[in-house]
Amino acid sequence: MTAETILDVRDLTVDFHLDGTVLRAVDGISLSVRRGEIVGLVGESGAGKSLTSEAILRLIRCPPGRITGEVRFRGRNLLDLDEDALSRIRGREIAMIFQNPAGSLNPVFRVGAQLHEAMALHLDEPRPALRARVVDILARVGIPAPRTRARDYPHQFSGGMAQRVMVGMGMSCVPALLIADEPTTALDVTIQAQVLALIRQLARETGAAVLLVSHDLGIISQMCDRVIVMYAGRIVEQASIATVFGAPAHPYTRALVDCLPRVDGVERLGTIGGVMPGLRALPPGCRFHPRCPIAEPRCSVDVPALRALTPDHRAACHLARPGA
Amino acid sequence: MIRFVLSRVAQTLAVLFIASLIIFALMRMIPGDPVLMLLGDDYTEDAYQQLRARLGLDRSIVHQYVFWLRNVLQGDLGDSLLQHERVSRLVWEAFVPTLTLVVASLVVGVLIAVPSGVVAAQRKDSAWDWGSMGFAIFVYSMPAFWKGIILIWIFSVHLRWFPAMGYVPPWVDLWDGLWKLALPAITLGTFFSGLVARIIRSSLLEVLEQDYIKAARAKGVRQAALVYRHALANALIPVVTIIGLQFGALLGGAVLTETVFAIPGMGRLTVNAILNRDYSVVQGTILAGVFLVVLVNLAVDVTYAFLNPKIRVA
Ligand SMILES: Nc1ncnc2c1ncn2[C@@H]1O[C@H](COP(=O)(O)OP(=O)(O)OP(=O)(O)O)[C@@H](O)[C@H]1O
Ligand code: SF4
Ligand SMILES: [Mg+2]
Repeated sequence: MTAETILDVRDLTVDFHLDGTVLRAVDGISLSVRRGEIVGLVGESGAGKSLTSEAILRLIRCPPGRITGEVRFRGRNLLDLDEDALSRIRGREIAMIFQNPAGSLNPVFRVGAQLHEAMALHLDEPRPALRARVVDILARVGIPAPRTRARDYPHQFSGGMAQRVMVGMGMSCVPALLIADEPTTALDVTIQAQVLALIRQLARETGAAVLLVSHDLGIISQMCDRVIVMYAGRIVEQASIATVFGAPAHPYTRALVDCLPRVDGVERLGTIGGVMPGLRALPPGCRFHPRCPIAEPRCSVDVPALRALTPDHRAACHLARPGA
Repeated sequence: MIRFVLSRVAQTLAVLFIASLIIFALMRMIPGDPVLMLLGDDYTEDAYQQLRARLGLDRSIVHQYVFWLRNVLQGDLGDSLLQHERVSRLVWEAFVPTLTLVVASLVVGVLIAVPSGVVAAQRKDSAWDWGSMGFAIFVYSMPAFWKGIILIWIFSVHLRWFPAMGYVPPWVDLWDGLWKLALPAITLGTFFSGLVARIIRSSLLEVLEQDYIKAARAKGVRQAALVYRHALANALIPVVTIIGLQFGALLGGAVLTETVFAIPGMGRLTVNAILNRDYSVVQGTILAGVFLVVLVNLAVDVTYAFLNPKIRVA
């Protein structure tokens, strides 16, 4: 039994037109998110994770950017909507939180007012009711003395508290999808766990799906049902958590898994040699081939397609075999 | 916030004290003996000594300074040597039209600067951007007297929309006052707007790159509210400082503008006083100018602190 698909991204491409050249930062990505599911998007820095998630809500400035493909959300292609229709979806049906919690709140407005605004934009409720909800939400996300804190300014909040506020704000209009772009990367490890737990709890309570972006496969493995692995602007593997850890099909995914510190201490830490290529020097063929330990001659010529190995498992590698 | 304001007030007092020392010293350094000048043809050795004593000029320089400062603090700036009038009264009467002109120019300047700065930032590198920034530089660099004469030529001589000169306090006759104030305020206000528009543009461009703008867009804030509320509230904070820093230049511009439009303000008073060597009036106008600039800077700093929650709520 599979739940309804709420987000269906097809052939998403993000180009930047800069001084005569075209940089393709996201290259033909297709992914889908089902209702209530937590999907991880993982990859090294510069893989195009942020651009992919921002392209969904069209937060990339165009020009110089250019977004093509399809972003189907509940049947509508968000790339076709006008700004007005889009702003009714942003924050209402799809919410997004970012890596830099301290910088995500406007420094000159009170925290409570910003929370209030997020709801007033989309919910048709009287002011006193909204004001009460602001305090409720602050309490729900674990801000002590919420009534007083609502009148504070962002600089009076720690990074962890600011991100809790952002999570609360993101969930305030009960969206169907929360996109969380590295929501804990800027936070201390102990705070990270709390914020992640908060995201999971609120998502479960509201039935929202989550697209969790991270470069940390460890975090993804704790949070997600499914994982999408990106490398240099493309998806290289897509599978359930169990498959990614049990039977990864792509050498890059394998390397990522090997890099994780093991709790059981059975295997030693691996590292991936080399660095991910920049946008101006993308290699032909499989973009991973300069770093791939099992690369063959054809890998530097032919682009491997993302093929289904099983109905729920896709990989883009010439050597990936169904069932492998 | 209170501590900040108190420390700025203390600083301001220190600046005023130093300024008073400088002004006092300058007045004493001006060649010529004021006693001789006052006596004129009535000179006798006796009268000279008497008047010298009456003016306190036989005392030590420190004593003279304290005496002078006490008078100034009581609003007593002495008498005009030529106009047989209290200097404080002359200065005040000239001060009001000047301040009216400056305030009107600030209003005109902001009304021009905010929309053109915002348009330029929003459509960076477009014709709008080039156009409004080119205009800003043009009106900023055009000398006030030239701009004034051109405005008079177009709007009073040819179109006959506005009078070429004169001053009526707007609170005496609102329409006549504003009507006469229009051209001078545009002359000076465009100078100010040229400066502020460019600051708003660059400040806004920087703010629009910030994460909280992206976050606000992501929560559904529409473009207009994003720019005019979320971004401008941040972008205007540095503009307040610029207004303070440029207030002295604005006063200088006001003096020139007054001359063009025959407004009986500080400019005319100062120029006439200098030409007539009416030193106590010169001193009075300088004192008033310094006092105003310093006070405006204090007000600007307090406003800045108030607008910026990081300072206000610390
Ligand atoms: N406005 C832009 N103009 C040109 N190139 C850009 C722009 N924004 C991003 N890029 C490039 O696109 C690539 C992908 O960027 P993206 O921010 O999506 O990476 P990421 O996977 O989120 O990495 P990180 O972990 O560092 O956040 C990077 O190489 C980046 O330099
Ligand atoms: S296609 Fe070739 S280079 Fe690319 S991951 Fe597979 S084996 Fe390695
Ligand atoms: Mg990123």
